[in-house]
Amino acid sequence: MTGFPRARTSVVGAATFGLGECPGYNALEMTAQAGYRALDDAGIGLEEVDGLFVALPDDYLGGLAVAEYLGIQPKITDNNRTGGSSFLCHAIHAALALDAGLIDVALITYGSNQRTASGGLVSALKSSVYETPHSPMIPVGGYALAASRHMHDYGTTREDLAQVALSARAWANFNPEAFRQGDMTLDDVLGARMISSPLTARDCCLVTDGAAAVVMTRADRARDTRAPIPLLGGAQTVTHKEIASMPDLTVTGAAITGPQAMAQAGITPADVDCVQLYDAFTINTILFLEDLGFCPKGEGGRFVSSGAIAPGGALPTNTNGGGLSCCHPGMYGLFTMVEAVRQLRGEAGTRQLASPEIAVSHGNGGVLSSQATLVFGTPATV
Amino acid sequence: MSDTGAEARYLAYLSDGRFMLQRDPISGEAIFPPRLRRPGGGPALDDWAEMSGRGTVHAVTVQQKRDAAARAIVLVDLEEGGRMLSQVTGTQAEAVTIGMAVQARVVADADLPHVLFEPAGDGA
Repeated sequence: MTGFPRARTSVVGAATFGLGECPGYNALEMTAQAGYRALDDAGIGLEEVDGLFVALPDDYLGGLAVAEYLGIQPKITDNNRTGGSSFLCHAIHAALALDAGLIDVALITYGSNQRTASGGLVSALKSSVYETPHSPMIPVGGYALAASRHMHDYGTTREDLAQVALSARAWANFNPEAFRQGDMTLDDVLGARMISSPLTARDCCLVTDGAAAVVMTRADRARDTRAPIPLLGGAQTVTHKEIASMPDLTVTGAAITGPQAMAQAGITPADVDCVQLYDAFTINTILFLEDLGFCPKGEGGRFVSSGAIAPGGALPTNTNGGGLSCCHPGMYGLFTMVEAVRQLRGEAGTRQLASPEIAVSHGNGGVLSSQATLVFGTPATV
Repeated sequence: MSDTGAEARYLAYLSDGRFMLQRDPISGEAIFPPRLRRPGGGPALDDWAEMSGRGTVHAVTVQQKRDAAARAIVLVDLEEGGRMLSQVTGTQAEAVTIGMAVQARVVADADLPHVLFEPAGDGA
């Protein structure tokens, strides 16, 4: 008994809007526009949406604002905020509510205009009285501390970290939506401005605008839609909030959620054709690939340096270019879901993989604090 | 001391120049950050103990903001238990390494009282 309604719900619509720079739109409008587009993609009318799942960057009560903007009165409004993993948690909750018959159509949507509005990362993280006196530049400082420990324990190098950024850029060069494109070299990463050692500016995600949305329904309703992608498993956890309380700096909650979601889906890491994960910083990719079971603990640096995650590699990872080169509007998690769906539908353009059947989407929130893993499959995997 | 939450009590101790943490009644280890009850389940945390201030650097990152000196932001494992975020001062930031022995120094006179660390005696 895994407790998760395997394949009993599907993503039936997915969309993005305003990736990169989106002047002239506020975050609420971007959120709504992504939602409209995802519903259009699904062929489902707004009037059918009775479950609304929202985490806006600048509005604590964003669930209310989006309901009003759309002009709907949802039966369930979920404003759960676990940072960038929020939307994967939303998908898990949506699957449960759909399966229980509480709702029929769930809309998960997000938008942020942080780049054009503020020019910097809009972070919901607030330091405690214990962190504040040290101004440790959270979030980057937290990830840098974890990276330092991984390097110390496992011999991971700055070059290994840089390979994550280079792989992301190589994928971004196939994605017309990606904000950063063009050649990037190892020296470009290593020689970039040091932000918080060992992480340079090129080890850090972009600061962009962007919006994304997905629509979910039960399998019966999904059958009537253009290209349903069943949700096979989903698991989430929280291990801490501030980095000092992380139980082990080199092991994230993905070591819990990955195996759990894959067990629900009835798969193992060897069955996974692509991984879309939250690469806020280059160390994330290394930690999550280890914790999700794609390589042994401690081997993540050498794994990414082998070329495994880059175009042509055995485990295509962040095929849209990720938060490092595609977009990072502040809470990136929903984009991992959209890219997983696009790959499984065969709609990924020149970066399309050859007939992928299983995609893992993994979200992260806070400073490696919240982790959430989803497993999607093609209808053939059900 | 008057009846307050654990956070206010911790800060009040620091204001008096004392580095005090609660001890876990089950393991005996110091707990950071302070709480009302044992994290994960268990009794109230009533046993405040003075820390020796001895610790070991568990992780380090060096940060340099424009026009400012480089700073070593660290996680320190305290000898009595507990891990806290702080800074190592009194040496070059780049010289701070994982495993380095450090000694706490209470900064009582600040908007938010806090604990800094310096390289410990002979290791420095």
